[in-house]
Amino acid sequence: MPCPTDRHYADTHEWHKLDGDIVTLGISKFAADELTDITYVEMREPGTEIEAGDPVGEVESVKATSEVYAAVSGVIAEVNELLADDPGLVNRDAFDNGWLCKIKVADATALDGLMDGAAYDARHPA
Amino acid sequence: MLHTPFYDYHISQNARMVDFAGWQMPIMYTSIVQEHEQVRTSGGMFDVSHMGRVYFRGQDARRFLERICTRRISNMAHGQCRYSLICNEQGGVRDDVLVYRMGDDDFMLVVNAANRTKLLEHFRQHSAGLSVTMDDRTEKSAMLAIQGPRVMDVIGRFSDEIPSLKKYRFTTKSLLLFKVTVSRTGYTGEDGVEVILPANVAPTAIKMMLDKGGDAGQIIKPIGLGARDTLRLEAGMPLYGHEMGEETDPISAGLMFGINLDKDEHEDGEPFIGQDALKAIHANGPTNRLVGLFLDTRRTARQDMPVLHNDGTVGRVTSGCTSPTLERSIAMAYVPAELTEPGTIVQVDLGKQAVDAEVCALPFYKRPKPVAT
Repeated sequence: MPCPTDRHYADTHEWHKLDGDIVTLGISKFAADELTDITYVEMREPGTEIEAGDPVGEVESVKATSEVYAAVSGVIAEVNELLADDPGLVNRDAFDNGWLCKIKVADATALDGLMDGAAYDARHPA
Repeated sequence: MLHTPFYDYHISQNARMVDFAGWQMPIMYTSIVQEHEQVRTSGGMFDVSHMGRVYFRGQDARRFLERICTRRISNMAHGQCRYSLICNEQGGVRDDVLVYRMGDDDFMLVVNAANRTKLLEHFRQHSAGLSVTMDDRTEKSAMLAIQGPRVMDVIGRFSDEIPSLKKYRFTTKSLLLFKVTVSRTGYTGEDGVEVILPANVAPTAIKMMLDKGGDAGQIIKPIGLGARDTLRLEAGMPLYGHEMGEETDPISAGLMFGINLDKDEHEDGEPFIGQDALKAIHANGPTNRLVGLFLDTRRTARQDMPVLHNDGTVGRVTSGCTSPTLERSIAMAYVPAELTEPGTIVQVDLGKQAVDAEVCALPFYKRPKPVAT
């Protein structure tokens, strides 16, 4: 299934969806599948200031622990509380209910340097 | 890259394939956790064709294996399997294997895929001057592990004999044009069998069993290597390259049951490679021992993470996972002998933080005793 086209994709498999001054961040279905069953998600606390390229948290799976990076600077506004009890939601619904955190941004132009859905799909064919 | 005879089947089941010791193997079909639960509650089928199957025949086959294996071979019955280690002179583990005895001078070893090439060389070296022929039939045969509490019921539909096999016994059945070896063995902590069959009939056999066996395909589903690892970890079973290696001895790994230190004292006995080193370790007691850990976190400990005590590094993690059955973070680790008492609190350094971990006895999971009906 093609990736949603309403967002921006990083080389490191995070998707970023801009809505006003909020960027919602998650990992692609491809990345979630590669990680296998996700067992734990820990994002940095709401209120934390982050710079573009900083890790915003970690995702652990049966196989590996991976850092998650944000491509934008801003402040963590919210983390997905559903994942505390149900980290597998990232595997089942990576692009929607399995989002990881929301970041309040002043400037979202950094997203223009990322891939669109078609470019990401071309790189990681399902 | 090698393909097992079940490769096309894995692809048809949408398996995610990975390179494992030079073989393309399924890591999972749907989800590692779901597949794990499938084996604990019903049944699963694992392609283990990548494991080496090496036959030894000849009047010195028994003597040869006595020298190679840490476990006594001469008193094995025909139709019996036995777990053994193969060691180097220092007592380090070259591999852990299952020995099958078909006849007086007729044996097979099932070895780890990653160690097959190394072992074939080891066998050649140590069989010099002995009357024994070695036949590596790995790529001419296939092997399936079928494991889970409902497996024997399904197998009972095809055979009366197999469900009556005792643990660590096997039988060889001649079907129309080929032979099948079935042993009551496994690596999941569940009841079940392992089946060896010729490569050319394997794809048909799997279809017959799962497609034509009524609801067999619901009771027994294909399981990948991912769940094989979490299942064996819950069952406290060591894995080569994690709990065992050329630098670790089997006594520290808790595998004394796989070693007969006095086997050369029997009339038909032989000293084995590594015997003197293992006798010394046994006499002094190992410095470090393998234990189970329950971690006070929802995170997962990974291989080689340090184990800490009183702010110093005292050991290392060999395997870890979130146990699907216990829903807790579990690990196996080597710790100093004085810290092995269950209930002892140590710490595991997860990288960004250290968390408390409670030492426990292995295994983490034991299958419930069948209830008499």
